[in-house]
Amino acid sequence: MQLKHIANISTALAAASCSLLGQSAEAGTVLDDWQFNSAILLYSEQDRVSAGEGILTARGDFGDDKYLNLGLVVDALTGASATGAVAQPGVQTFTRPSGRGSYDVAAGDTPLDDTFHDTRVQLDVSWEQPLAQDWRMSVGGHLSKEYDYLSLGVNGSLAYDFNQKNTTASVGLSLSHDSIEPEGGIAVGFAPMLLRSNFANDEAYQSAFDATRDRADDTKDTIDLLFGLTQVINHDWLMQFNYSLSMADGYMTDPFKLVSVVDDNGLVQQNLYENRPDKRTKHSLYWQNKVHLSGTFLDASYRYMWDDWELKSHTADVKWRLPMGEQWYVEPQFRYYQQSAAEFYVPFLKQDEALPQYASADYRIGKMTAYTLGAKFGTRLAEGNELSFRIALYQQKPENDGVTAPGVLADLQLYEKVTAVMAQVSYSF
Amino acid sequence: MRIKKLAQLVMLLAVAQLSACSSLGVKPWERDVLAKEEMALNAAPLDNRLDDHIYFSKEGSSGGRSFAGGGCGCN
Repeated sequence: MQLKHIANISTALAAASCSLLGQSAEAGTVLDDWQFNSAILLYSEQDRVSAGEGILTARGDFGDDKYLNLGLVVDALTGASATGAVAQPGVQTFTRPSGRGSYDVAAGDTPLDDTFHDTRVQLDVSWEQPLAQDWRMSVGGHLSKEYDYLSLGVNGSLAYDFNQKNTTASVGLSLSHDSIEPEGGIAVGFAPMLLRSNFANDEAYQSAFDATRDRADDTKDTIDLLFGLTQVINHDWLMQFNYSLSMADGYMTDPFKLVSVVDDNGLVQQNLYENRPDKRTKHSLYWQNKVHLSGTFLDASYRYMWDDWELKSHTADVKWRLPMGEQWYVEPQFRYYQQSAAEFYVPFLKQDEALPQYASADYRIGKMTAYTLGAKFGTRLAEGNELSFRIALYQQKPENDGVTAPGVLADLQLYEKVTAVMAQVSYSF
Repeated sequence: MRIKKLAQLVMLLAVAQLSACSSLGVKPWERDVLAKEEMALNAAPLDNRLDDHIYFSKEGSSGGRSFAGGGCGCN
């Protein structure tokens, strides 16, 4: 009896030490519970903006389907960006958005402001875990900081699996608060861009410039709601439907964009700072398909977006992963995008017409078609690590939305194409 | 007679369609393909993130797959 008792104790001790050893062994390989993804992207537009962006994300497995996700994004931007002003037959001079200094644009050229330099750092974190049988939840937040911009946000989502996990319904909510503090302050809507050369001295210019600014900073609040439905169609086909609603309230004017006021001959009389509404409600329907086709994987999606700025867009995206042997794959990618113009988009304003309530000549909210053609090459390395390369060509074709260009503007390029190359290297470990 | 046959064919197709609907999905042991990484809806999360950032900065639309949110003053 006594012996049996001792034997039981020794077994228990052995079991305990084993489990302790097991734990220390686990602690020694704590990184095994983390999956890291990293990528570097170089984006370069012909004669315009160049950007570099690096991302590192880490996903920690805390057991029982609990995960912690951490993300760090750093990007840097430099180069020239279209101001919205129209090209002219002669040289044009523009004041920099800060009010200090000026730059010239050659005859016939689309005005570009070459002072854009910005560096952004973003941190994000989220936690995922099961809530009850068939229920999962996640909560997260982000912080993004640029020289003149700060964005803070929180988000959460809830998902429910049913129908033998063949169907998943989900709902997500995201709240963000952005603040902007542009160099030189925020211009009053439609404030004129002043030129130093029109003033007798620096003092007179500065006081007139200050009068065009009414505040140093402004904010924007956004609420996003996302409703999703995922459905397994069959052994080789998965489908996703999303409806999302995004409501933004606050400053949505681009403080660096201009609208030219032209006369009957198409000659610029003045450049005004643009003015956009301070409310925007966007809706989108998103439909994605993942299909396994005899050893290859097709990812095809379509999005229809519409908003109360009257901007509507269609986006089709196709990626087709083709395995090449045991380790390599090649993935051709194609994306088509088409948008109609926001109701207050104008390529220019006419001097003899009354000023509208809102106006922007930013081609990014004008009528446009864009496509991206690319390919990704990836290989699996030892221990499940993966290395991939992606290269793509992105072209935007802004279009005339039925506006007749008066006088000299008829012979100038008002809707210039933008071509960009993207190159990306990713490594997962 | 011909119309009746056509109607029968349509009925047959409709029933076939319905039964296809009722068998939407797979049994738990038939998930070998669906469980592959390549079949994940967000199979390349960093690619999607980088793309969303570029298109958010360059076009008038955003969101769809995930939150449309702001997050940057991207020009």
